[in-house]
Parts: sequence; C-alpha cells; structure tokens
Amino acid sequence: MEFLFNLILLLFLAAVTIGIIGVRNLFAVVVLSGAYSFLMATLLIAMDAVDVGMTEAAVGAGVSTVLLLSALHLTNTEEAPAKHSNVLPMALALLTGAVLVYGTWDLPRYGDPDTPMNSYVGDEYLERSIPETTIPNVVTSVLASYRGYDTLGETAVIFTAGIGVLMLLYGRRRKGDDDEGDGRS
Amino acid sequence: MRGHLILRVVSKILIPFLLMFALYVQFHGDFGPGGGFQAGVIVAAAFVLYALIFGLRAMQKIISPALLEIAVPLGVLIYAGVGVYTWILGGNFLDYNMLDSHDPSHGQHLGVLLVEAGVLLTVSSTMLLIFYTFAGRGR
Repeated sequence: MEFLFNLILLLFLAAVTIGIIGVRNLFAVVVLSGAYSFLMATLLIAMDAVDVGMTEAAVGAGVSTVLLLSALHLTNTEEAPAKHSNVLPMALALLTGAVLVYGTWDLPRYGDPDTPMNSYVGDEYLERSIPETTIPNVVTSVLASYRGYDTLGETAVIFTAGIGVLMLLYGRRRKGDDDEGDGRS
Repeated sequence: MRGHLILRVVSKILIPFLLMFALYVQFHGDFGPGGGFQAGVIVAAAFVLYALIFGLRAMQKIISPALLEIAVPLGVLIYAGVGVYTWILGGNFLDYNMLDSHDPSHGQHLGVLLVEAGVLLTVSSTMLLIFYTFAGRGR
C-alpha cells in the first residue's frame, strides 16, 4: 500500500517536472513549482519526516511561490526563446543525472538499521536522550540540546541570509524612493 | 484584492488557526514533530497570506519593517544569550543543566524553550522581511 502511494506521488512529481520543463509561460512554471513542493511535502510525510514536510509546505509551496510571483511582477511572464542550441545543456543535465543515479547505488537502503548513522551515535542519542534531558522527542533534544552549537550556527546563517537580501534589495529601493521621478515608478 | 469576497472571508477564518497551529508546533516541539524553525515558517506563511489578501500596507501597519529589523537579530541574541547566561552560572556554553539548580532536566526544558523562541523570532521575521522587500519593489 505504501509502495503504491509512493509510486503514485513520484509519478506525479515526474509529470510536474516535465511540465515545468515544457511550459514557456513563467506564471504556469511558478504555479507548477508550488505543486511540486506540495507533492514533495506529502512524500516527506509518507517517509515519517513530518517536520521537514511542514517546512517544505510552508516555505516551498507558500512563501517562495509568493516571492517568485512578486519577482514575476517585475519581469516578463513569457520565457525568452533560447539563443543557442539546447544540445549541450541537455547532454550536461543528462550526464549529471546519470552521475547522481550512479551515486545512489552506494547509498544504504532506506531505513537500514546496520548503517553507520544508525548504529553508533544514533543509538547513543536514543539511549541517553530521555534519562539525560527528559525530552520525549529525540529530534528536538538532539537539535536544540546536544547539537545546540549547530542550531545556533544555523540561526546565524538565516540571520546572515536576511541581512544579505536586505543589503541587495532594500538599499536600492530606498534610493528609488528618494527621487520619485526616475521613470520606473 | 478588495473584490474577492470568498478569499477575504476564508482567509480571515483561516489565519487565526494558522497562527494557533504555529504556536502548537512551537510549544509542542518537545513532544511531537516541530520546533522553532517549523513554527517560524508557518507564522511567516500566515502573515504573507494576510498581506496577499489585505495588501502590503495593511500588513505593515500590524508589523512594521522597523520592528522586524529589530526582531531578526534579537532572535540570535536570545539564543546566544542563553549560552552566555549558562557561562555566567558556571557551566559550559549552552549547558542547559545550569538553568535550574534543583533539577537538571527542568533546566533542559527551559533552555530548549528559550532557544526555540529565539529561532522562531529570527526565522519568521527574516522570512517576512524578505517578503516585504520583494513585494515593495514592484510599486
């Protein structure tokens, strides 16, 4: 049953991806990429990664779709026709895909208990989390307590990303606001 | 979107539940899936929905960009501040056991709660701030 469910979701994902490649209207591309994110979120929930699924639905399908739409507002909604032949990019994409598929052959099977990540540190965390922290959700105790430094770094990365976007876009907008007659507004 | 009655009514009903769900994800992170990051993006998505339906100006009346510019670094400061505070109490950086002198596990719960609050603040305000700058450029 779960196999069938995953198969249908993956087929939908492939169909949406082919749609994104084929469609030349950028508005349709943005909507399709939102649909892609929702399918991906459903797949993540099927893989029991509910927190990742929530993030994917809220960021991938929600906020970033809106951001892409507001970027679309500033540009043309039709994709410009290609100036060069598509053969070289196509070959490069196929080659990269083939290398990635080749790379998955060495990956351990999904959920295999004998992999390094499930046998040394993972077991240790599972055994020690409840006696040491009394937090029932091991994901939270690992992220916020055992690996608190990493999460602090992660928060600092988000902070830096926000500052970076502000420096790129906000400053320019302020300049535009100062002299209203620059023709664009 | 003044004319879209159904969208306005439905989102007015939905937004409180979205925010409620975000708070649930935030404070239930110790027990179920979720935490500061997930709650932060849900809060941001709820506010972005509000801005889409009622306009950027109405949204900025509720949360001004200046407030967000304070909230973004404040979250990181809360997180790092917990670490410094445990330092002052005599432990290692981010050693939550120090936060409660009687029961170390209470300290852990308190530490995780504070740290997740910092993450929520930074993530949601960064998302909203990026949205503000993007959406404000078109006009």
